[in-house]
Amino acid sequence: MEFKVRLFATLRIDRGREIMVKLDDEWTARAIIDELDIAEKDVAILMINGRDGLLDTTLKPGDVVSIFPPVGGG
Amino acid sequence: MIRYLKNKNMLSQEECDMLLGKSVCIVGCGGLGGYIIEMIGRIGVGKITAVDGDVFDLTNLNRQLLCTEQHIGLGKAETAKERMAKVNSEIEFTAISEYLTEENAESILCGHDIVIDALDSISARFILQETASRLGIPMIYGAIAGWYGQVSTIMPGSNFLSRIYRLHEGKGHEAELGNPSFSPALVASVEVSEAVKVMIGRGEVLDGKLLMIDLLNNDFEVIF
Repeated sequence: MEFKVRLFATLRIDRGREIMVKLDDEWTARAIIDELDIAEKDVAILMINGRDGLLDTTLKPGDVVSIFPPVGGG
Repeated sequence: MIRYLKNKNMLSQEECDMLLGKSVCIVGCGGLGGYIIEMIGRIGVGKITAVDGDVFDLTNLNRQLLCTEQHIGLGKAETAKERMAKVNSEIEFTAISEYLTEENAESILCGHDIVIDALDSISARFILQETASRLGIPMIYGAIAGWYGQVSTIMPGSNFLSRIYRLHEGKGHEAELGNPSFSPALVASVEVSEAVKVMIGRGEVLDGKLLMIDLLNNDFEVIF
């Protein structure tokens, strides 16, 4: 199954803004960040279909996952 | 007052008078804080408290409005006070040369109408949010990293930071990206605009929402 993934800020570098990620057995956001080689510490905001999501929630076909890195400077 | 003539007609006389009666606490006097203090002072807020235990160093010169070559080694909060005395001497300005901690947060924030986050630490932001919420004070949140920035308005009772910092601590990507001259100015402007709207009770604020700014790709998106 392929899932649409929206990436923000630095996570776009070498990956793009909006990409399709193919998952085999495990349909979770954790499997997506593993596939994209994104460290868990770099996931500050995780949204599934525009709502707060969890890394281990099982995704349904058509779900859109958005991932934002931490921004903390001042 | 002639000083505030150009605030009109964007602000009504009643709104200008409201701002003169407000007390604003700005926590952090670095990249964001320097611009925020400047704008809050120039628009005509009556009382400002500026909080920062740090001193200026050479790496601050690329972006911090209050930092000049003459200010290296000098305290950031005191420097803010000296500058505002030249810009708008009618403001009652308090400089607090301390870092915000769990121990001092309540005494520092108490009595203010609004607090504006200009910190550079995620854990300190959680202290700010918790204390402001407990005291019933709205908080304007802002953060930057390189080309990127984000702003929100956090009303008392909200634990919004938990939604945008899953891990609650550490540094963001600014540790690798650094911060240039322009993103602090932009994020500071949006924070001040939010603060003014909260103080005058007009307009739409980012309550429960997050403005994400990506200047590299010209993306401005409100999420949640």
